[in-house]
Amino acid sequence: MRLRTLVGREILERKSQLATSFLSILLGISVIVSVQNILHYSEKAVAAELDTLGANILILPKSATLQDYYSSDLQGESFPEEYVTRLTSSDLQGLDNLSPKLSMPIEADGKKFILTGILPKNEFQAKAAWQGAGIFSRPAAGCGAVVPRIPGQQPQLPVKETLTRKRVIDTLEENQVLVGADVAASLKLMEGSSFAFKGMNSGVVAVLPPTGTIDDSRVFAHLHAVQKLAGKEGQINAIEVVGCCEQISLGLVQKLNKLLPEAKVVTVTQIVDTQIRTNRMMKRLSLLFLGIVILIGGAGIANYMYANVYERRKEIGTLMALGAEPGLILRIFLTKALWLGLAGGLGGFVLGSALALGLGPSIVGISVLPMPMLLAWAVGIALLITLVASYFPARWAALLEPAVALRED
Amino acid sequence: MLRLEEVTKKYPHRQKEVYALQRVTAAITPGEYVAVVGPSGSGKSTLLLMLGGMLSPTEGRVILDGHSLYELDTRSLAAYRCKKLGFVFQTFNLVPYLTALENVQIPLYLSGLAEKAQEKKATALLEKVGLGDRLDHKPSELSIGQQQRVALARMLANDPPLILADEPTGNLDPETSKGVLDFLGTLHREGKTIVMVTHDMRAAARAGRMIRLAAGSIDECRAGKPDA
Repeated sequence: MRLRTLVGREILERKSQLATSFLSILLGISVIVSVQNILHYSEKAVAAELDTLGANILILPKSATLQDYYSSDLQGESFPEEYVTRLTSSDLQGLDNLSPKLSMPIEADGKKFILTGILPKNEFQAKAAWQGAGIFSRPAAGCGAVVPRIPGQQPQLPVKETLTRKRVIDTLEENQVLVGADVAASLKLMEGSSFAFKGMNSGVVAVLPPTGTIDDSRVFAHLHAVQKLAGKEGQINAIEVVGCCEQISLGLVQKLNKLLPEAKVVTVTQIVDTQIRTNRMMKRLSLLFLGIVILIGGAGIANYMYANVYERRKEIGTLMALGAEPGLILRIFLTKALWLGLAGGLGGFVLGSALALGLGPSIVGISVLPMPMLLAWAVGIALLITLVASYFPARWAALLEPAVALRED
Repeated sequence: MLRLEEVTKKYPHRQKEVYALQRVTAAITPGEYVAVVGPSGSGKSTLLLMLGGMLSPTEGRVILDGHSLYELDTRSLAAYRCKKLGFVFQTFNLVPYLTALENVQIPLYLSGLAEKAQEKKATALLEKVGLGDRLDHKPSELSIGQQQRVALARMLANDPPLILADEPTGNLDPETSKGVLDFLGTLHREGKTIVMVTHDMRAAARAGRMIRLAAGSIDECRAGKPDA
């Protein structure tokens, strides 16, 4: 005879009553695990989608304004390209997709456009100092880690899409350009066309899809080619940054200002607000589910435990008459709650993960993988619910006067 | 020596006080066989529970070997019930989901005995009461008489010097009743102190002394025919 014999035998004797409670905790935990699992991957998907809104932090010359940036009227001022090195070699968290730029006005066929120099990805990789983490791929946690896609559903984006949405392209030769939709329409350019401006003759690599922004009137060329053309070698007049919104709310902009005191760091409020609002909404939704599960699960367990103590008053009285201390009675009920919590947590994790894997793709359109970290979380929540909900019934049982318990039928 | 000193137990009932026991004074010497008789509601069971450390008096004291029982802390009181007391219930109070062997193991487990030793001793006790072939039977799989024998084996598990029996034959047929009373008689002869509450005057007659309760007070206390 051991404590576990007393608890185990009773569970087996009244398993049908326990089954209802176990089911309530199992379903509660599985719902919460599946919601957490799906929400986690939804957040990643949303973060990835929000990236397509473009940069949310701009690093501009000290005297420039956001208006200057949007009107591409930045040609008057510039700052050293070395600022990018400072950023990549710093230990700042949450920097993503740095895109240094130099813009200048050009004329072609008597029409005015903006020529913007950009640095392709391969140039970044060629510079050892720029190979810091988080330049072309987001950091792993909290900020939109790589989202597993359903095979065949969302193919890799072509160069022009990547530039339009991600502000990054893999390669661009110094004699190649990408042209905005308005420029292409105005000058009747298409892929493979040749484009002459300021004495340069470049090939059109791609015509960018219309975006409804100033980008439609831009011509994108290699940064170094534009620097030479403008006579501003080693200079840029903007760095577009996709910053992790969580890090922005944790003071990323202030840290950037400290790192680059000679430049102006501004956030694109609308984008950042959208990101923060979306994340907050998802976290609240998750908390709401957690609250509901704790309330319903806790009430169910407490109800079961009170009924169980009531039903076993005579047995409790007998045990006390035989010499059981109140502490043992408390342990009998709390051990049962512990087992219930462990089983509910483990089962809930397995069922919840299976539900998430099955329903995730159909609900949010992304594949969902099991998250082992949710196992500890599920067991922890289940134990919290069962132990807290059982404590008062167990204490009631422990404090029963043996004589009173023995007289009950 | 077990002594009740001016013990009173009263309960509130619909804004009135109901007395279960009133200023009861009695002494039970070691090795005595005492029967407590009286009509229903006379306070017999209250007295027994009080001697068993399971119901504290409203007034007065219960003295065991010079110590006031209800001034002991919870742990000491539980230890008293575990090691010095054997309780026999009218309805046996076996734990329904445990086997006969496990039921007898309970007091041994509560006294801290190792599992193997529990099994060995419980088996010997069940063999002593003639249930060596029913070790794995649950109470529902045993006859009424067998259930009472399991309860008797459980009562003896820690070899208690004092046995409190609450209507031990109340639910039994005459033949089984006789068996139980014979068993208690044997224990008495072995030196156990026995206090038995009963309605059955023939059972009470086996005791060395009979205390008659009426309306919560001792009405009569006389020597009986000692159990032979």
